[in-house]
Amino acid sequence: MKRIEKKFAELKRKGEKALVAYITAGYPDLETTRALIPALERAGVDVLEVGVPFSDPTADGPVIQAASQAALKKGTTLPRVLDLIAGLRGTVEFPLVLFSYYNPIFSMGSATFARRAAAAGVDGVLVVDLPAEEAGELRVDTDPAGIDFISLVAPTTGGDRVRKVVKAASGFIYYISVTGVTGTRGPELEETRTNVGVIRTMTKLPVVVGFGVSTPEQARQIGSMADGVVVGSAFVKLIGEHAGRPDLIGDLGAYAASLKAALR
Amino acid sequence: MKMPSLPDRKGHFGVFGGRYVAETIMPALTELEAAYRESRKDKAFREEFHYYLRQYSGRETPLYLAKNLTDKLGGARIYLKREDLNHTGSHKINNTLGQALLARRMGKRRVIAETGAGQHGVATATVAALFGMECRVFMGEEDIRRQAPNVLRMKILGAEVVPVTAGSATLKDAMNEAMRHWVTYVRDTFYIIGSVAGPHPYPMMVRDFQSVIGRETRRQILKQEGRLPDFIVACVGGGSNAMGIFYPFRNDANVKLIGVEAAGLGIATGMHSASISAGSIGVLHGSKSYILQDEAGQIREAHSMAAGLDYPGVGPEHSYFKKTGRADYVSVEDREALEAFRTLCACEGIIPAMESAHAIAYAMKLAPTLKRDRIIVINLSGRGDKDAGIIEESKI
Repeated sequence: MKRIEKKFAELKRKGEKALVAYITAGYPDLETTRALIPALERAGVDVLEVGVPFSDPTADGPVIQAASQAALKKGTTLPRVLDLIAGLRGTVEFPLVLFSYYNPIFSMGSATFARRAAAAGVDGVLVVDLPAEEAGELRVDTDPAGIDFISLVAPTTGGDRVRKVVKAASGFIYYISVTGVTGTRGPELEETRTNVGVIRTMTKLPVVVGFGVSTPEQARQIGSMADGVVVGSAFVKLIGEHAGRPDLIGDLGAYAASLKAALR
Repeated sequence: MKMPSLPDRKGHFGVFGGRYVAETIMPALTELEAAYRESRKDKAFREEFHYYLRQYSGRETPLYLAKNLTDKLGGARIYLKREDLNHTGSHKINNTLGQALLARRMGKRRVIAETGAGQHGVATATVAALFGMECRVFMGEEDIRRQAPNVLRMKILGAEVVPVTAGSATLKDAMNEAMRHWVTYVRDTFYIIGSVAGPHPYPMMVRDFQSVIGRETRRQILKQEGRLPDFIVACVGGGSNAMGIFYPFRNDANVKLIGVEAAGLGIATGMHSASISAGSIGVLHGSKSYILQDEAGQIREAHSMAAGLDYPGVGPEHSYFKKTGRADYVSVEDREALEAFRTLCACEGIIPAMESAHAIAYAMKLAPTLKRDRIIVINLSGRGDKDAGIIEESKI
């Protein structure tokens, strides 16, 4: 059984919802990311999205934009992020999803990417600007390598299209709870409840919800309607505020634990 | 040989093009494509578009034999397609009229646009005023500084100009911010992209609206010279004026199409905007095309003194033309464009946009190598009033 599938099955058995965290790799530097990842697993994060910084993150709000710029200045690249993951695979057990824009992956070449990502222990890939229509050129290599292709469904995605996206998905479905970029406003709860319900009639895959989620209360509300919640910008913002401080790991862990508590 | 009809159903020009965007805006692109295909078949829509091109923008624009420039260079006869004489001062109005009519047809009352030189911003602000739409234009701070007259014009026309400070604060960053805004307000906002770039259907749609340039040129040169030109030269940033004049000649194998990119301070310095001449294939702003990027797939900052060319990407159909050999792409440095700018002012009394001056600069190199019976058409895509400040600043 693949790691993502196994994790959600285990959570279901325990009656818990998944806490999916996002962090930008290399922010404030790769050393910190390396120390942070095991700490987040210990604090209760169930699935980690490791963000590959990109120069032109058109789907991201100000927090992740700034983090990406800073990470790039430190020389963070896709090969380095893959090396980092490879180095941590012996230490951490939770599923790792690479979260990226398409160009860094395209630049590496899909075959090379799939081989290196699988060897590093990457469980899934989420490519923000690679919709179902264009995804074939990457999946031709990542599917056979056993890497889940995580698909996004947005509030604007209409009926027929939701079916098409969901049918092609693997791992889990990521429902975007806001019409907008990451980390700018809170989730639209009623619309989310309705749309997650629709998605559930079409697939057995777990459905997680993210964009704009930052508090344990929001996590609890979303946990009542989906299989998990994604928190991204709030983690990245906290990392930024703690950059260079000794309490970074401890405070991030405490924040993750407070979110996870709301999902048990 | 006849070129195939492109893009295909999924918006690809060979390996280029496509729709590499966030899921949130995919449905909007599908909706836009359907509405556009419908409008294209609608005679009333086409007539209304041509009505505005004629009565509002002042088409057709002249195809002018630049006799003094021709004599000075002592070679091929040089014609200028006077897109600078359009209302708002550039070819950009051809496309904004088309897209605004489409927006109105789709019931959208808010439009947004990105702009580099401000020509597309002004053209968008203009049609928004004309059709009673709310207009927001995203523009890099560096461009706001160097193209101040256009900023003022947009404001006078009632548009909100949103300064973008990220990255190099130029066209690429303005487009990033416009896309973020669109993702957020996609339900009631129409994004008027100004170039043959971006996700499908934009490259096709903008090309179609701009093709009026090439269709007129063809008619005019046949009337004035009794034959087609040997060369058509146009500057290429995103590439809308070039595609507009190239496209109707795509099946005329004897007409050489030459796109002129901005070499900035020189290709070797790395400070340039020559995505085709010096870039590689990648994905930027929703389509696959030649782009400027580093070895890890991060987008590099472009450079050109012409704000409208200062962009690290190019429309996908130009990449296709390059790959298939249908068009040639060359590049011209800032200082050469500046010299061409001054030459055209002095010998023809025409102030060209800094962008268009790149096309003139290449034609000035080409013309003297050719006999008098050869014909070069330059697309003079815009006028250069906006560049007075740049000229004054330039120490070249």
